[in-house]
Amino acid sequence: MVTTENPDTSGAPSLKALWYGPLVGLVVPVLAVVAALAVGAVLLLALGASPLTGYAALIDGAVGDWNAVADTAIKSMPMLLVGVGICIAFRTGVINIGGEGQIILGAIFATLVALAVPDLPSVFLIPLVLLAGAVGGAIWGAIPGALKAYAGVSEILSTIMMNIVAAQILSFLLQDLLIEEGAIKIQQTRRLSHNADLPLLPGGTRLHLGFLVALLVAVIAYLLIYKTSLGFRLRAVGHSPDASRYAGMQVKRSVVQALALSGACAGVAGAVMVFGSISHRLIGEGGATAFTQGAGFNGIVVALFGGLHPLYTVPASFLFGGMLIGGIELQRELQVPAALIVALNGVVVVFVVSSLRLKTKLQRWSEDAVLRRGRK
Amino acid sequence: MSEFFTTTAIVATLASGIRLSAPFLIAALGESVGQRAGVLNLGVEGVMLIGAYAAYNTALETGNVLAAVFVAILMGVLMGAIYAFITVVMHAQQGISGIGIYLFGLGITDLLFQKQVGTPKPIDGLQSTSVPLLGDIPTVGEIFFRHNALVYVAYLLIPVVWFVVNRTTFGLNIRAVGETPEAADTLGVSVTWTRVSAILIGNGLAALAGAALALEIGIFQYNLTAGQGFIAIALVYFGAWRPSGIMAGALLFGIVSSTVLQWKTLGIVSGSASSFTAMAPAVLTILVLVVVSRRIGQPSALTKPFDRSD
Repeated sequence: MVTTENPDTSGAPSLKALWYGPLVGLVVPVLAVVAALAVGAVLLLALGASPLTGYAALIDGAVGDWNAVADTAIKSMPMLLVGVGICIAFRTGVINIGGEGQIILGAIFATLVALAVPDLPSVFLIPLVLLAGAVGGAIWGAIPGALKAYAGVSEILSTIMMNIVAAQILSFLLQDLLIEEGAIKIQQTRRLSHNADLPLLPGGTRLHLGFLVALLVAVIAYLLIYKTSLGFRLRAVGHSPDASRYAGMQVKRSVVQALALSGACAGVAGAVMVFGSISHRLIGEGGATAFTQGAGFNGIVVALFGGLHPLYTVPASFLFGGMLIGGIELQRELQVPAALIVALNGVVVVFVVSSLRLKTKLQRWSEDAVLRRGRK
Repeated sequence: MSEFFTTTAIVATLASGIRLSAPFLIAALGESVGQRAGVLNLGVEGVMLIGAYAAYNTALETGNVLAAVFVAILMGVLMGAIYAFITVVMHAQQGISGIGIYLFGLGITDLLFQKQVGTPKPIDGLQSTSVPLLGDIPTVGEIFFRHNALVYVAYLLIPVVWFVVNRTTFGLNIRAVGETPEAADTLGVSVTWTRVSAILIGNGLAALAGAALALEIGIFQYNLTAGQGFIAIALVYFGAWRPSGIMAGALLFGIVSSTVLQWKTLGIVSGSASSFTAMAPAVLTILVLVVVSRRIGQPSALTKPFDRSD
């Protein structure tokens, strides 16, 4: 799998070797995005629009002013949270494609809590809804985890199926139990408790507390993966399940834990998306990826982009958030359907994933080159 | 509920179940060929959408159903070439690149539909043809022998895929590179080309499955496949990589889908309860995976890229 750590070069420690690896690690994914944007340019040309105007609008929309930057940050939050969870799962050798469903369950659990105890003061209610989100996501992650560990079900398939089930649960709840009472039947809850609103950060933009929550989760995940015995065990299982089992580690339990933790991060994203939204409601707009805005899938790409390291996932999520937010401006400017952004998103995924092997090869090659020079 | 248990309703449900199983069957048979060669293609859903739109648009422009099927397969093979490059040459993680293909297919078909067609226009899709003599048998004929051509094609593909995979040199190579690519490579079998061909076949069939869907219902819309491609992948596991098992799974899912539709038509389920029927195939898939996963092993080299230098 992908790894950002340099192999053991204890024989000839070299400053350059420490530099080359991360440099290549940064350049290759960025080149992959540039290549994907080139494909996008061809698509734009085919649609009869100017790619130059389009991409100027994209950059302007993503980072044109502070409001744009805040929008980018807001868009990146769920992807960062899902991505951090993906880091935990992938490091354990488990593929989690269930981010979409885990976001939804997190949002549902958080919403239920806010509906149950709306009068709790903010100091308690906000942590509580975030925790509820984490629990919802964790359950939705633990199920495919247990199915993989104890029944041998491929988590790739079960997580996809769990996504479909979650989307239908949301659709049912918003048509039935949780629908706002009133004449118009829109699939949404009533406005949730004001006490659960994520407060805006100073600066006069829409940026809210969720941003700090996402950063905090990234740091916690980093500490968990690299500084705790649990993290060591998860990485060991990801590296070699057989060796870990031989060393007396609980491989099956680790798989469940990894997917539960991964789901918990996505679940927090779901809570943040509800209580940081402008409407402060849980809204289902129909369609395959409407509520989640595809964050469950994009989180995977963001994590891979960040080399499966929770802290590098932070800038990676910004890049993606910027692209998606800028895409809205591009679409407005050029009058092309929003579907273009979904298609382009897919192209970026493909290019980034394809570039990972190139990255590993280049890193290995550059390290070898440095080592050879060191010996001369 | 009682209105469901009438001969007419049950015969109609079984007949439409067989019809609805065709896209599952075609896509899953294609996916099984790729998986036997060691390549998991999670992009089936996206390629199905591309096939569906290609067929729909060609039929809309030319009115020629045969041309529509041909264009759809061509587009599928093209997507296959891209996927083969990504996974076999670039060794990209197969699960994730498949999701990329899915998102691409989902977006590009919606984009093209909005740009080229705009408002939904129905097409003259495939007409059902009654098989001479067999179609006249009461009940049995109604259930089995009055379908459109692609349904028959889907079921004819079962022995064809079985024969190719189990009785030809090409099929032997496919199985070899799916189990032990190192050994196959040592014996002079090109792992790369065998896998690329398997991917091309799989994607061509995925697109054909999409075409079968679009030509059967005669329209195209955003996310027309609605998860059928993902279920087709699960059916390969269900069927333990054997065409006959895949057929059983496709039939099961076809009949579940048609029952759900029939219940909706008859008003047995309505409103919010339809969410539960919509999640039924996914829940069923998970349950089925739990039952079958212990029983049989997947191709040993599934999802593992092959690299001589590693």
